[in-house]
Amino acid sequence: MSSNDIKLPHAEDLLNTLAQKLKPLLQANTALVGIQSGGVWLMQRLLALLENEIEANAIEHGTLDVSFYRDDYDQRGLKAENRPSQIPFDVENKHIILIDDVFYTGRTTRAAMNELFDYGRPASITLVALVNRGGRELPIAPQITAADILLDASHNLQLMQDVDGNLSLKLNASIPQNQSSRTQA
Amino acid sequence: MNNPQLDADGRLRHLLSIEGLPKRILNQILDTAESFVGVAEREVKKVPLLRGKTVCNLFFENSTRTRTTFEIAAKRLSADVISLNVNTSSQSKGETILDTVDNLIAMHADMFVVRHAQSGAAHFIAKHVPDHIHVINAGDGRHSHPTQGLLDTFTIRKYKPDLHNLRVAIVGDVLHSRVARSEIHALTTLGVPEVRVIAPKTLLPAQVEKLGVHVYHDMKAGLKDVDVVMMLRLQNERMNGAMLPSAQEYFKTYGLTQEKLSLAKPDAIVLHPGPMNRGVEIDSSVADGSQSVILPQVTYGIAVRMSVMAILAGGG
Repeated sequence: MSSNDIKLPHAEDLLNTLAQKLKPLLQANTALVGIQSGGVWLMQRLLALLENEIEANAIEHGTLDVSFYRDDYDQRGLKAENRPSQIPFDVENKHIILIDDVFYTGRTTRAAMNELFDYGRPASITLVALVNRGGRELPIAPQITAADILLDASHNLQLMQDVDGNLSLKLNASIPQNQSSRTQA
Repeated sequence: MNNPQLDADGRLRHLLSIEGLPKRILNQILDTAESFVGVAEREVKKVPLLRGKTVCNLFFENSTRTRTTFEIAAKRLSADVISLNVNTSSQSKGETILDTVDNLIAMHADMFVVRHAQSGAAHFIAKHVPDHIHVINAGDGRHSHPTQGLLDTFTIRKYKPDLHNLRVAIVGDVLHSRVARSEIHALTTLGVPEVRVIAPKTLLPAQVEKLGVHVYHDMKAGLKDVDVVMMLRLQNERMNGAMLPSAQEYFKTYGLTQEKLSLAKPDAIVLHPGPMNRGVEIDSSVADGSQSVILPQVTYGIAVRMSVMAILAGGG
């Protein structure tokens, strides 16, 4: 199956679905954490959508760049453009909603959870992804997704953001050399 | 020309001097360091990047602060660290540098942090080690102290983000200072338009202008309207013969006092690589004053050293 044969849903529609599913999860002690970079875009959009619904104060939120926690650092090194993780709230006893764009192997989630625990002991972590593309390699799965699109390893599914902040999904052929150590998504 | 600091793909392999490093690499080190600043403010001040790696601090010359900050940096990256004060160990029994290094390689060291009184010592070791081992120069003779130059630049960037609009003065014993040389290369490579050196003729290297700096012998003229004042330590231990009448005399002419600092821009910052000689190159009221960023330099130094080690270890 080539990349052209697969019909992708609109990311903006999926975003609204995700916001609806997230609403019942929000409580006083909840904080959102986006994983760079797609998860952070999603989180910012979700915050805007959810803050209209919730009259309480702004929802606490932060961002993670898991570069320092990746398990393929030995082969891939550091990206030139890593960004500081920013968790401007006390993680201790928080119900964390971890947001990623595309769930794939589960390795990014593993790295993100390890990093979160270096900030403190959360009461719980819930994993939310816009798309679950299948292919997990660890006993980790998202609890909430807006779409499940099964893809094999020859595809690379990415969330993109244009200059106006609109989100879209993009499917490419994955680069062969990465197949042995798959991109963490 | 073959640059021993970079591999065939242009990635950093050793950090030996700022000279010869492209702007791209300097920015990569400084940008990555930004991410490490936050790590120190967390509950757990560690990331697992260098887990299972062994970093060897090889200090052929004493330096408690530099050794300690490299040690902390490596430990915050989860590396195992061995610090050797070589002048008190096998070298005093007659072992050569390369034999010491080979023995540590046989013990599976992954990275060497080298401080030596001879210029070129780190280069010498870097040329000798196998491909998978990385060398960081932590100061060699009068030649270079790249991580100090980088952390000074990082500190300046934190307070004065627009490097393209800065006037920086480096004051004091430029002749004996590897720190000054590294600072000058880092600042000019990153596009600082005006770097001044202020010192008596006896403490300036011959043809210092060739490094792209403006030379001043008078503090009043040199400090006028600068954004950054970088003081250097008067290197007593390097002073051969009488280059200066006395420490008191030096303080009178080149010591940084509030009065002299008032000639710089009102929001100018003051840096010093330490250890300070209070009352010789810097007055206590300036060192402890509101314009001083001397302690933030130490804090940022750890993040910058973490960044260098992380980039090196990730290369292979």
